[in-house]
Amino acid sequence: MNAWHWISPAKRKRIIKQRYLYLMLVPAFLWSVLFAYGPMVGLYMAFIDYQPTLGKFWSSFFGGKFVGLQWFNLFFAGDEFFLIMRNTLVSSVLSIAIGFVVPIVIAMALNEVRYMAFKRVVQTVSYMPYFISWVIAANIFVTLLSADGLVNELLKLLGLTRDSILFMQEGRYFWGIVAGANTWKDMGYNSIIYLAAIASINPELYEAARVDGAGRVKQAAYITLPMLKPTIVILLILAVGNLLNTGFDQYYLLGNSLNRDYSDVLDTYAFRYGLQNGMFSYASAVGLFKSIVAFLLVLGVNSLARRMKSNSLF
Amino acid sequence: MKRSERVVHWTGNVLLYGFLIALFAVTFFPFWQIFILSINDGTDSLRGGFLLWPREISLESYRTVFANPEIVTSVQVTLLRTLIGVPLSMICIALLAYPLSKRDLVGGRGIGLFFIFTMYFSGGLIPTYMIIKSLGLIDSFLVFLFPGLINIFWMVLVRTYMEQLPRELEESAEMDGAQDIQIFIKVILPVCIPVMATVGLFSAIFHWNAWYDSYIYTYNPDLKTLQAVLVKILNQFQTGDMLSQAQQLANENKKIPVTSESIRMTVTMVATIPIILVYPFLQRFFLKGMLLGAVKN
Repeated sequence: MNAWHWISPAKRKRIIKQRYLYLMLVPAFLWSVLFAYGPMVGLYMAFIDYQPTLGKFWSSFFGGKFVGLQWFNLFFAGDEFFLIMRNTLVSSVLSIAIGFVVPIVIAMALNEVRYMAFKRVVQTVSYMPYFISWVIAANIFVTLLSADGLVNELLKLLGLTRDSILFMQEGRYFWGIVAGANTWKDMGYNSIIYLAAIASINPELYEAARVDGAGRVKQAAYITLPMLKPTIVILLILAVGNLLNTGFDQYYLLGNSLNRDYSDVLDTYAFRYGLQNGMFSYASAVGLFKSIVAFLLVLGVNSLARRMKSNSLF
Repeated sequence: MKRSERVVHWTGNVLLYGFLIALFAVTFFPFWQIFILSINDGTDSLRGGFLLWPREISLESYRTVFANPEIVTSVQVTLLRTLIGVPLSMICIALLAYPLSKRDLVGGRGIGLFFIFTMYFSGGLIPTYMIIKSLGLIDSFLVFLFPGLINIFWMVLVRTYMEQLPRELEESAEMDGAQDIQIFIKVILPVCIPVMATVGLFSAIFHWNAWYDSYIYTYNPDLKTLQAVLVKILNQFQTGDMLSQAQQLANENKKIPVTSESIRMTVTMVATIPIILVYPFLQRFFLKGMLLGAVKN
């Protein structure tokens, strides 16, 4: 019995007819096996004592001693676990809190502008940060926040501080800086979806409100915002699903040895232990912990979003 | 309008335009500041103060940067990976999207899930590094092309676009006895130009901005991309701030117009300018792509 007999003759005929379609899938299939599923198999490293000295990768991989959950226990019991989780969650929640509200405000403000040229200029410039790399963004932030940078000059001019504030050197500023940087980079881009949602609101609603004598503030508060609510709820849920997916670039590039107690998150921690200290198995365990929790979070949140979407239809 | 209404109206407008002008300032001035610092005389910039306009224009930093073989090589590497990587990605993404857009593909749903799953779960940094190493891609130009070959999110955009095409397009070609591959090349691809252009632009931005692969997977200085070089410069700045300041003071006495700071600003500008150049195209295409994706999700 081979698998071919399990398929009905009609389907068999279709598969033969569609053979070229399957052929087209080959490059993507090879890519996914090598670069997406390959590393997933490689996660087995988290359960062995991987010694790179045993020779080639696969022989050390299959030859390594199975140690069960040893690396996970080491991570959970270590002093750094609390610190890493605190930094990951606090900076992430702060980024969501600020980065979520600003795009909504931007979209509602842009919607009120009557001068189209002004609107276009502000909009165009606000997308710009989304398209540059985090390397450029980090360079910009480090420059602006340096001891003699624009921000310190501005604070001194306003008399808010006499001596320069060492933003990048003192860890307690880091979460705010990362949340600000995340917001700065994505706010323009993220406002697009709200602008689209506002554009799809029935103009008759505003017409009726105007007849009833509602001003623009009242229209925004009683029509625009309630009509945006479903979009806001869905996007907020999805953002919470990505709580642990903080991103690697901004933490790695803005972090330094002086602010590490505040800037070290799961990704940078795994990176440092794995690629810089050579503790491959331990770092894989940290990575796997993050991947699993993040995956469950996204999954749970997606089903929640789907349920809310189907509810809002009725 | 009553007087009180007029007051409300005016304060509303002041708040509204004040907010939007602040938004403009917050996004525009960081770039402007970098630009000014890159064209201002390096030692003059050390004097500090508000630099919203160059005090002493000097293109010496640009001359130094473009005379530096490390940076010139890195620009060439970045351009090369973009020129090869973008068409390669576009082809592979379109080849994946087309079969998956067919409702009657046997096993299509399962195959789609097989690819979508990779968006939500990954092996993580270390196993990925190990696989790339075991494939012999360390210190190879191919490491810039293969691991990032396919982006499932962009593939979903293309697939959605293809699903929305009228069935009649393919049916008439099928009547003429055309095979799936012929239909794909002659009928489907030509009408997919807008969405493929969007993917091409996204892919170009990805390649231009990529730093991690070059930073981690290559040691050969001839394989460093511009962004990876910029990371190195940033790291030097972050760790050796005090040291370089002493050096800078020494330079100041010698009246050297270039400082490590002005070099860093200039390389940042060089990395930013291509993005600004493709920006008008981005504006047009990415809005469509973004909204298409939003509808799908």
